[in-house]
Amino acid sequence: MPREIAQRHQMPKQDPRERIRNFNEVALGYSPETAISEAKRCIQCPKRPCVGGCPVGVDIPDFIALLREGRFGEAAKKIKEKNSLPAICGRVCPQETQCEAVCTLGRAKNQKPVAIGALERFVADWERRELATLGGNSPAAGNEGATAKVAVVGSGPAGLTCAAELAKFGYRVVLFEALHEVGGVLRYGIPEFRLPKAILDEEVQYVKNLGVEIRTNMLIGQTLTIDDLFNDGFRAVFIGTGAGLPHFLGIPGENLNGVYSANEYLTRSNLMKAYLFPEYDTPIKTGKRVAVVGAGNVAMDAARTALRLGAEKVMIVYRRSRAEMPARAEEIENAEEEGVELMLLTNPVRVIGNEKGWVTGMECMRMELGEPDESGRRRPVPVKGSEFTLEIDTMISAIGTDPNPLLTKRTPGLVLGRHGNIIIDEKTGETSIPGVFAGGDIVTGSATVIAAMGAGKLAARGIHEYIRSRGW
Amino acid sequence: MNEILRKEVLAPRITEFEVYAPEIAAKAQPGHFVILRVHEKGERIPLTIADYDAVKGTITMVSQEVGKTTSQLATLEVGDSLADLVGPLGTPMHIEKVGCVVCVSGGLGVAPMYPKARRFYELGSKVVSFIGAQTKEMLIFKERMEKVSHHVGYSTDDGSFGHHGFVTDLLRKFLESGKEVDEVVAIGPLPMMRAAARVTRDFGVKTVVSLNPIMVDGTGMCGGCRVTVGGEVKFACVDGPAFDGHKVDFEELMARQNRFLEEERIAMERFRAQGEGCKCQER
Ligand SMILES: Cc1cc2nc3c(=O)[nH]c(=O)nc-3n(C[C@H](O)[C@H](O)[C@H](O)COP(=O)(O)OP(=O)(O)OC[C@H]3O[C@@H](n4cnc5c(N)ncnc54)[C@H](O)[C@@H]3O)c2cc1C
Ligand code: FES
Repeated sequence: MPREIAQRHQMPKQDPRERIRNFNEVALGYSPETAISEAKRCIQCPKRPCVGGCPVGVDIPDFIALLREGRFGEAAKKIKEKNSLPAICGRVCPQETQCEAVCTLGRAKNQKPVAIGALERFVADWERRELATLGGNSPAAGNEGATAKVAVVGSGPAGLTCAAELAKFGYRVVLFEALHEVGGVLRYGIPEFRLPKAILDEEVQYVKNLGVEIRTNMLIGQTLTIDDLFNDGFRAVFIGTGAGLPHFLGIPGENLNGVYSANEYLTRSNLMKAYLFPEYDTPIKTGKRVAVVGAGNVAMDAARTALRLGAEKVMIVYRRSRAEMPARAEEIENAEEEGVELMLLTNPVRVIGNEKGWVTGMECMRMELGEPDESGRRRPVPVKGSEFTLEIDTMISAIGTDPNPLLTKRTPGLVLGRHGNIIIDEKTGETSIPGVFAGGDIVTGSATVIAAMGAGKLAARGIHEYIRSRGW
Repeated sequence: MNEILRKEVLAPRITEFEVYAPEIAAKAQPGHFVILRVHEKGERIPLTIADYDAVKGTITMVSQEVGKTTSQLATLEVGDSLADLVGPLGTPMHIEKVGCVVCVSGGLGVAPMYPKARRFYELGSKVVSFIGAQTKEMLIFKERMEKVSHHVGYSTDDGSFGHHGFVTDLLRKFLESGKEVDEVVAIGPLPMMRAAARVTRDFGVKTVVSLNPIMVDGTGMCGGCRVTVGGEVKFACVDGPAFDGHKVDFEELMARQNRFLEEERIAMERFRAQGEGCKCQER
């Protein structure tokens, strides 16, 4: 007899009218009762498609089985066997296109998939609170006896994961980061209201407790080169420098005052805490009428940040239609709830400024969808004579990023792809230079946190094999 | 790390710092800069490396008090450390032996000019330096520049030392005299660099300027430092800071430098209200 299955539990959120006035986290998490009740929706199907849907293969049905018996600590351990940053992944992974997309329950009539992401987050948060009362993550076995030194470059999810895994193998790991703080996009890109920095800090502490030495303010390629690292006695190097180079549209007026790349806007607000200006010194201009060009997660983050900084009207300007918006459905929904307007099938052609060099408007064209292009999506084509001007004082360009060329340009012998991405051996993560490995956005172009973590982990194994095979 | 080993007030509101940063010192080249933060809530500001000593492991920077951060920096003393320091950043200036190079600096620009003039000098180029300042009192790096130049001319806005007028007047006169000049390097306030580039354009002399736009990361990640050079967008922090002075869109850059004037004023007023110069404030 099939049992009665409850409907998917919504996660409580801060009221949109409230939350646009603060930077606190929007989604509030499940209570233990709700989490158990949601966990009970899982039918523990034998095929377990969700495990295959997870880029790092978390044993999802197993942790859910523990969770629903109230064995939260064991559930957390179960997740951590495969994923060392569950509090982060539970918040930022696009579960709707990964594990939850293939959930068997989601295929049943009138049912939605199990809220796997929300459950992961619940378990991770429960464990964090538990550990806090026990006095923090206990340090793992020290690496005093370890001989081989490995360098990890870049402290985003790829670098953090690779460093943690290498430390667990027993290596002496030094993590080099160009900025003054650790975390990569998790620090400078994803805002506080989506990923509280305190959570990131705890994850970083965990990596430190594993024995990883972290050196900030080290721009590899400038302060030290890859060759210097080998000369310093590092046996292998992992490059996880991300895809931080912002694109601009290449339209007239883009250097006017009031035009930001999303990276600059978000870095000022998140990393430099400009939202707390003047308590913090870094300024940001709070526009009144803001247009964000692009429709990915980055665009949603920039738009929602602008609202919180006090903008009166924030518009997402996107040349395709809603169906093609690359942002997570949840983020689009959050943005709309908060009052962000979507201007779809609209393409900017020119930014207009005043005599002092400040933005006053943006000329746009209406678009319509034509034949499919190479990406399989219908190509937007301009509608003749449809030009119109949007009155704005701030424009944020969120149309994508490329791999940061700074290190790769200064590393002779490193084979790169067409977009400046590093080419690796898919099985080991090794690049064209022996002993140099890479992973994350620097290899794939902008992708996801979980994919970067998976790549970091894979490369850690590759490095381990490499060092072992040489008897070091 | 990042400890201040020497501090010297060179002129009113202009201070030189020698900081212990061995890794940066080992790699520094003329044209490189660093980004620093004074304290944990501070902003990241770029300063050009005015000198470096790989043996001692130090770099030297000169800072003028123009806003809150530079004013706060000036309150640090020997023994204090910078909260953060990263570098060397940017692409070093391409310097090779030439017949004659004219180094034109205005105001604080003479500090970043010094390592470049020295490199030209060491390579055996004839170095002619023109240095402009507001007043005699504001003139810095005089002895150092004289040591690495074959000829030095001075100008002040008020006529208190050298030529009474613009430093670019000296440049124009020199070029008009028909002397063979292979290259001009101009570093200083934007209007001065623009004026220098205008002068040399008439004579068809290659001119390199060093730009100092507003920056955040200094690694090519934010694009806040973008400048238009020859119709192309460049990121000054990685592609520069040295560019062909005849190709730089100075008007655009001047407008971009005003992006946060209002906020800078607020920060400065707040800093003053809290008691200027009191270094215990932000600790
Ligand atoms: C605003 C924004 C929102 C996003 N939202 C999501 C989301 O909701 N879900 C999701 O899954 N993904 C999201 N992403 C994508 C995700 O963040 C990235 O795919 C992921 O962070 C890539 O990780 P990484 O470790 O490869 O690189 P990064 O996170 O980019 O980290 C690279 C690090 O390397 C450092 N570095 C670069 N060059 C050097 C050098 N030469 N020397 C030393 N250090 C260097 C950088 O400073 C940086 O800290 C988002 C991205 C952005 C920008
Ligand atoms: S300062 Fe951010 S890209 Fe140059």
